[in-house]
Amino acid sequence: MLAYCIRRSLWALPTMFAVLVFIFLVMRVLPGDPAYAILGDEAPPEALEQFRRNWGLDRPLPQQFGNYMSGLVTGDLGLSMANRQPILPQLLRAMPYTLDLTIAGSAIGLLFGIPLGVFTARHRNSSVDYVGRIISLAGLSVPSFYLGILLIFFLSFKYQWFPVIGGGDLSDPWSRLYHLVLPALSVGLSQTAYITRVTRSSFLEVINADFVQTARAKGVGERLVMFKHALRNALVPVVSVAGIYVGILIGSSILVTIVFNRPGLGKLMVGAISTHDYTMLQSIMAFYAGIIVVVNLLTDLAYGLVDPRIRYS
Amino acid sequence: MAETDQRRNRIVRAIRKNKTTMTGIVLTLLILLVALFAPWLTPFDPLEQNIARGDLAPGGEHLLGTDNFGRDVLSRIVLGTRVSLVISLSAVGLAMVIGALWGIVAGYKGGKIDALTIRFIDMLMTFPTIILGLMVLAILGSGMLNLSIAIAVAITPRFARIARGSAIALKERDFIQAARALGMSDSRVIVFHIVPNIANEILVVGTLWSATAILQEANLSFIGLGVRPPMPSWGGMIRDGVNQLLFQPWLSLAPGIAIFIVVLAFNMIGDGLRDVLDPRTVE
Repeated sequence: MLAYCIRRSLWALPTMFAVLVFIFLVMRVLPGDPAYAILGDEAPPEALEQFRRNWGLDRPLPQQFGNYMSGLVTGDLGLSMANRQPILPQLLRAMPYTLDLTIAGSAIGLLFGIPLGVFTARHRNSSVDYVGRIISLAGLSVPSFYLGILLIFFLSFKYQWFPVIGGGDLSDPWSRLYHLVLPALSVGLSQTAYITRVTRSSFLEVINADFVQTARAKGVGERLVMFKHALRNALVPVVSVAGIYVGILIGSSILVTIVFNRPGLGKLMVGAISTHDYTMLQSIMAFYAGIIVVVNLLTDLAYGLVDPRIRYS
Repeated sequence: MAETDQRRNRIVRAIRKNKTTMTGIVLTLLILLVALFAPWLTPFDPLEQNIARGDLAPGGEHLLGTDNFGRDVLSRIVLGTRVSLVISLSAVGLAMVIGALWGIVAGYKGGKIDALTIRFIDMLMTFPTIILGLMVLAILGSGMLNLSIAIAVAITPRFARIARGSAIALKERDFIQAARALGMSDSRVIVFHIVPNIANEILVVGTLWSATAILQEANLSFIGLGVRPPMPSWGGMIRDGVNQLLFQPWLSLAPGIAIFIVVLAFNMIGDGLRDVLDPRTVE
């Protein structure tokens, strides 16, 4: 197991490196000159030249890439092109809001999705199953930002149960949680829908498997069969696609962050796009990609833990 | 090819019997008709401003009310159908063609091209679609064509991956081996033998990804990177209305329902297709 962990972890390094190269190249090679974007089309050539020199954009690409990589390794992400403040502290300030939302969103998805998936699978083709399928299809079809707007409209405006916007006071756990409820529900619904569907189909596959029939034939109680034999095996495919869910979650959290005006990474990113803050954008992209690579790594490790066949392949 | 005809007939029958899919297909056809005839269906000019009749509540002459420029919300939603579908479906089409060709060439040729392709695809798929889309738009700037490209870039790897797998499976088949043995060039084999055999599968995958593309279009135009005003897009309408949510909620709530219905229609088709094509559920 240890060998597998080490092998798999080392394997994440080239992936991360490729991702960083890709982000760097996209920002440099695609048309669109940051100097023009920030200073405007009418800027005098000397000013453009000066700008490129200040930000090291006039150096050869490999050298720029070297600087960028050594910055990443030493934790010095440089300055934002828009507000000329160091990038790392800004990222770290936004982080807790994004992490809160990501964790709460996945928690909602798992907490509701798995029981719903099991329940609808056990009542396959009944009216409960049918209603469950319609609801989960509907859940996949509502954009999370729109769900956020609906929640604000009904629960904050009509009934004033929840605060409308903002991220709350981080040092006060109650305020932090109170401000998290509606955004977490907004991203949690589609997570619930996805997890319900995967759990349902993998559970259906497992309950007809030979080993479950054997357990029943041996006289194991139905409850034990369902939860020990069937559910544990049914969860393996659910775990294996966790990386995809976190990707979807990150995507919807960017938009939900904007709706609720939470000072998280999503807001920072959209701000960076509108101010053409290339250095900031590059760091946020690298950060998001890093999260996904780490989640994929953890998923694979968890997968190897529950399914020994993976370790030896 | 009798075997594939039989399989196709069985699949068509299974789709006909699937109520969810049939409902989805009918809904989608209706939506496509709305998009096609949008300019003739709008009760008012969707772009004409008239402050005198601004911010009217839904009901009466303006079924869904007017925005603060006095533009009819329903008319803007109807025209928005066309905008949204043109952007997202052309993105799917673009991704389908480029992704499929890329995947076919990689799978068929094998070797270094294939190894590089699969690494690159896996790397692209690490990024959530919205982040790839944002990255492309950050550099190209907003607008209809760029939005389409951004969505296409984000989903192309999915098609490439599937086409590559099918091409690898196909190239070992006898009829391809025979064509090659007879001296057919690689490009002719790809065009005349591989593409026709993969086309159906890619079309199905395209239907599945259409829902995502429409959601993505809504997301990106909600951020403000969609078509430029005064052209209506659903995401943009929601964004414009959100500051008046308290007093003129219809401005944001109505376009959202349109997005929901269209995405739901495509998801309903996809849901049934997945069932029908999944070999485990066919029996």
